Amino acid sequence: MRDARAEVRRPIGLRLWLSGGWLSLLALAAIFAPLIAPHDPLAQDLFLGRLPPFWEDGTEPGYVLGTDSLGRDVLSRILYGARLALIVALVAGTLTCLIGATLGLVAGYYRGWCDRIISRFVDIWMAFPPVLFAILLIAVLGPGLISIIIAIVVIDWTRFARVIRAEAMSQGAMDYVASAQVAGRTQFGTMLTEILPNVLPTIVALLTLEMGIAVIVEAILSFVNLSISTDSPTWGGMIAEGRTSVHQAWWVLVFPLITLFLTVLSFSQLGEGLKDRFDPVLR
Amino acid sequence: MTLLRTVLLRLITTLITLLGVAVIVFVVIRVVPGNPIAMMLPPGATEADILRLETQYGFDKSIPQQFVIWLGGVMQGDFGMSISTRQPVSTLVLSRLPATLELSIVALLIAVIAGGTMALLGTRFRDTKTEGLVDVTAGMALSIPDFLWGLVLILLFGVLWPIFHISGRISPSLDIDFTTNFYLFEAILRLRFDVIADLIGHMFMPAVALAIPLAAIIAQLLKQSLKETMNLDYVTLARTKGYGEGKVITSEALPNAILPTLTLVGVQFTFLIGGTVIIERLFSYEGLGNMAIDAVINRDLPLIQGIVILFALLFTLINLAVDMLYVVLNPRLRHA
Repeated sequence: MRDARAEVRRPIGLRLWLSGGWLSLLALAAIFAPLIAPHDPLAQDLFLGRLPPFWEDGTEPGYVLGTDSLGRDVLSRILYGARLALIVALVAGTLTCLIGATLGLVAGYYRGWCDRIISRFVDIWMAFPPVLFAILLIAVLGPGLISIIIAIVVIDWTRFARVIRAEAMSQGAMDYVASAQVAGRTQFGTMLTEILPNVLPTIVALLTLEMGIAVIVEAILSFVNLSISTDSPTWGGMIAEGRTSVHQAWWVLVFPLITLFLTVLSFSQLGEGLKDRFDPVLR
Repeated sequence: MTLLRTVLLRLITTLITLLGVAVIVFVVIRVVPGNPIAMMLPPGATEADILRLETQYGFDKSIPQQFVIWLGGVMQGDFGMSISTRQPVSTLVLSRLPATLELSIVALLIAVIAGGTMALLGTRFRDTKTEGLVDVTAGMALSIPDFLWGLVLILLFGVLWPIFHISGRISPSLDIDFTTNFYLFEAILRLRFDVIADLIGHMFMPAVALAIPLAAIIAQLLKQSLKETMNLDYVTLARTKGYGEGKVITSEALPNAILPTLTLVGVQFTFLIGGTVIIERLFSYEGLGNMAIDAVINRDLPLIQGIVILFALLFTLINLAVDMLYVVLNPRLRHA
């Protein structure tokens, strides 16, 4: 038996290495942004406006990825933008996961009136266009980091609740749960010791996915200029500016877009990879 | 449980959902700091002016009272007056709805065609490199949301190889005197090919951006159920009758494998419509979503309310329609 299981256990895989590598790099960039950023991300110099990236003609040394229309350094702004993106990913992602997964677990395991109430709320939430809901919440709460985090948690808890509820339900119907109860476990104890470990791989996969989604939501909010105060560099804000001047200075759009693209892709690939790895059936 | 009872039960839950949405929007937008009435008056307006307008829009009453008055109006098709444009919300919303519906339907068509083709190819050439390619493409397409695909498309077909319009719905220079705002459908009916070409030129990128994630989901799920069906006895029987592999897939396996995909497409179509909000903004497309963002920025409470309710109505109706379609199409439920 042991040999068979060892064979099933897969190597970490290229996917996990690449996505984990990119995210670690990004985390380092965010932490050490003040040390590695070549310029002040807010410093404007109209004489250095719209400088192209280093391989093109007419560049200025030190501005590796060029500058935007106000002469702000694109690379420095991306590095500082990573701070907000990653804070939102970690805090909003984790909070959404905790709240959503708890509600899903309770609804799926206890069923009855708990389930009916929670499911009714999920139905109502599903009838909202999420982006519009987020924008509306920010308009109500006012711009700022806390508002963004609250908006993401309020909108996305259903993503966890729906999936975990279904998983908890199918686990709850299995024999091992019944035998745990026969053996004298309380309902609550069974939920924590029997159901939770079995839905954990799904929770982990959803959590990393949610972190990617949180990064996107933050970018969308700053794209419509509703994120945090306008003078902090954000990827979404850079993209909004790049979108309007895309014919004059493509690099202002391209570099933050590539960063955002790789970050979101990494979070989702990390989730898929971790799910395979932590699946108790395969472990 | 009879069919009629199922339908009635679904209708009741749909109504409860809509009522819930209405209550939540109503309460949320009424805790907005900043007086929307004060914002719409010119500076120098007196307290009395503000009070008079507040009374006109009903903001002087308590929130439950306002809700009852608003709900009474909605029952008669009156969604109130927009604060920023001073036009009836219903007129504004209905003038923009066709643009969003056309965009969503075109996106859905693209997703179904692209996703369906990928699923069929992946099944026909299963366990080969082609299937691997389908899996990787779908996985990648699914990992990235529509907003980012929209930006990628702008760079590809707006800047690098500028063959499509990156903003707007229709060229202003174009002479159209259409009776409806369903420009695309009306242009097709009137055979106005110049208008069709212009509309497609504007709609292509936002529609593709919305379609990519859905196409990936369709490709994955349909391929999975097709492959499961391919191992069933009746499919093997069809094969022994001498049918070619392509025909076995399309005429034998597909009708049975399509049902789970259909249900999923229904739910995912509502996500796609939700995505139009930011995609319309990105492409300056004059639809409902773009208007919604402006309404939030202008703190136009009655308009926000109207748009959110309309979206919710659309979502719940689509889900209802898919559930009904499922009952009609599922042979196991047909005679129940």
